[in-house]
Amino acid sequence: MAAQRTGKTNNEADAPSSPMLRFGPDKPLKLDAGTLLSPFQIAYQTYGTLNDDRSNAILVCHALTGDQHVASTNPVTGKPGWWEVLIGPGRIIDTDRFFVICSNVIGGCLGSTGPASTNPATGKPYGLDLPVITIRDMVRAQKMLIDHFGIGKLFCVLGGSMGGMQVLEWASSYPEQVFAALPIATGARHSSQNIAFHEVGRQAVMADPDWHGGKYFEHGKRPEKGLAVARMAAHITYLSEAALHRKFGRNLQDREALTFGFDADFQIESYLRHQGMTFVDRFDANSYLYMTRSMDYFDLAADHGGRLADAFAGTKTRFCLVSFTSDWLFPTEESRSIVHALNAAGASVSFVEIETDRGHDAFLLDEPELFAAINGFIGSAARARGLSA
Amino acid sequence: MSVNGSQRVDLEVVANLIPARSRVLDVGSGDGSLLELLQDTKQVDGRGLELSQRGVNECVARGLSVIQGDADKDLEFYPDKGFDFVVLSQTLQATRNPKLVLDELLRIGNRAIVSFPNFGHWRVRLSLFVNGRMPVTKDLPYSWYDTPNIHFCTIRDFVNLCEELGATVEKATALDGNGQKIGLSMPWWFWNFFGQQAVFLLKR
Repeated sequence: MAAQRTGKTNNEADAPSSPMLRFGPDKPLKLDAGTLLSPFQIAYQTYGTLNDDRSNAILVCHALTGDQHVASTNPVTGKPGWWEVLIGPGRIIDTDRFFVICSNVIGGCLGSTGPASTNPATGKPYGLDLPVITIRDMVRAQKMLIDHFGIGKLFCVLGGSMGGMQVLEWASSYPEQVFAALPIATGARHSSQNIAFHEVGRQAVMADPDWHGGKYFEHGKRPEKGLAVARMAAHITYLSEAALHRKFGRNLQDREALTFGFDADFQIESYLRHQGMTFVDRFDANSYLYMTRSMDYFDLAADHGGRLADAFAGTKTRFCLVSFTSDWLFPTEESRSIVHALNAAGASVSFVEIETDRGHDAFLLDEPELFAAINGFIGSAARARGLSA
Repeated sequence: MSVNGSQRVDLEVVANLIPARSRVLDVGSGDGSLLELLQDTKQVDGRGLELSQRGVNECVARGLSVIQGDADKDLEFYPDKGFDFVVLSQTLQATRNPKLVLDELLRIGNRAIVSFPNFGHWRVRLSLFVNGRMPVTKDLPYSWYDTPNIHFCTIRDFVNLCEELGATVEKATALDGNGQKIGLSMPWWFWNFFGQQAVFLLKR
């Protein structure tokens, strides 16, 4: 990966190491920004086998900086898939039983068309010439991928955080195509505070002189410092005060005493710097701008006359929502307001709040109660769908 | 939220009132016993509302459709007549505003089924009369200072409340200490004296 750190576009952006589907001029992607994206491509991974009546497909939607490599080694970082604790052979979401699909979202940087992809009109990376992408745009593109597989109805759509927003959008936009929906640690809209944090991140990227108005590839640079700061600030919001204190306290980093300088005296500083540095190795700065913007723009109630229940009117989809007590990015109240809307819509809904001090990131971790809830929900949905064990 | 978990002789009585494949909301679904019974024996489309998060998580892990919520606060989010039956089992006496809760049950369900411990039972009366202390029985094991049961009523009190709310009692059953039904033809005062628990089927 080091070879890609300066100058070149991320190879994964144009030629991903995962399977990829190209849509030509005959199949443009209609964007909420009012334009068409064409041609475009979707990079994806699948695990398991689609059964004969195509009823065992599970779509996993990834979060802000996630990717399609949900249950297999990430080609950029060499690390395990980001949800391998949950998904795989014999796991809670058993790929011996289900056909799991995960695609890189539009606007991402690991193979689906995004700002780091080459713009066919110019031969250069899109940069900021790519229209702003919304959650609904991402879901529309996923729908085209699902149609390509000939899947009429997904057994389940699940995801956390920005992935959870996509789950809600799926259930709202294509209720007939979603048998079960599992949005985790998410909200039906991005709160003012969350938009504020995203804006800090974007300003950090754009304040980096190496950003060059988004045309950094053409200058042989990348705004690594700005993106690292953005990641550091965001990373704090994924944790909790209690977890930070438990893990780091006021412990000093490899030293006996304060240095009376601005080096990373504290472990938490060192940890955050590491998070920032490793992030820039795997993520495109412009893509970070687009991803954060898509979440900021998400407001499912506003898309339905201000009444969230109307987003789910008449739905037959079975829902299960999960929140975490220490998640201050998407607090339980956000999930509860979705639950109330689903109640008002007469929907079948379960809602579990899990006690943990691990903050928003808990959804990616080994949380036995989360797994028990997912297991129970998927199991009963599978029985209702007539899927054999 | 069902606060007398050990003694659930009323469950079978409640279940027998519900026809197969009904849409049922169980308010105070506890550990999910009733929902599971109804799903297994009646193939109902069942949902639960439960105050204790632990109870909810256990229910969901068992594949039941349950949300965490408070009968006093969260019933307003359900649409009118969204369910064939709304069940409130052993929970009425633990609500802050039983009248409002019952009113909501009658709004949300075509029918409401309410079961509750009868505070007019002779043992309760005797305990207060003889000992001069708040009764603590097998069914009502809490002391006055730590009980979640803040709004006890007798069968006759409940019948009055139903009248106030314009609810019709379609069926009522009183159970004695052994969970046996007390004869149908008995007058209210008899039930009120010998019934340890009561199960009402209401409509408005």
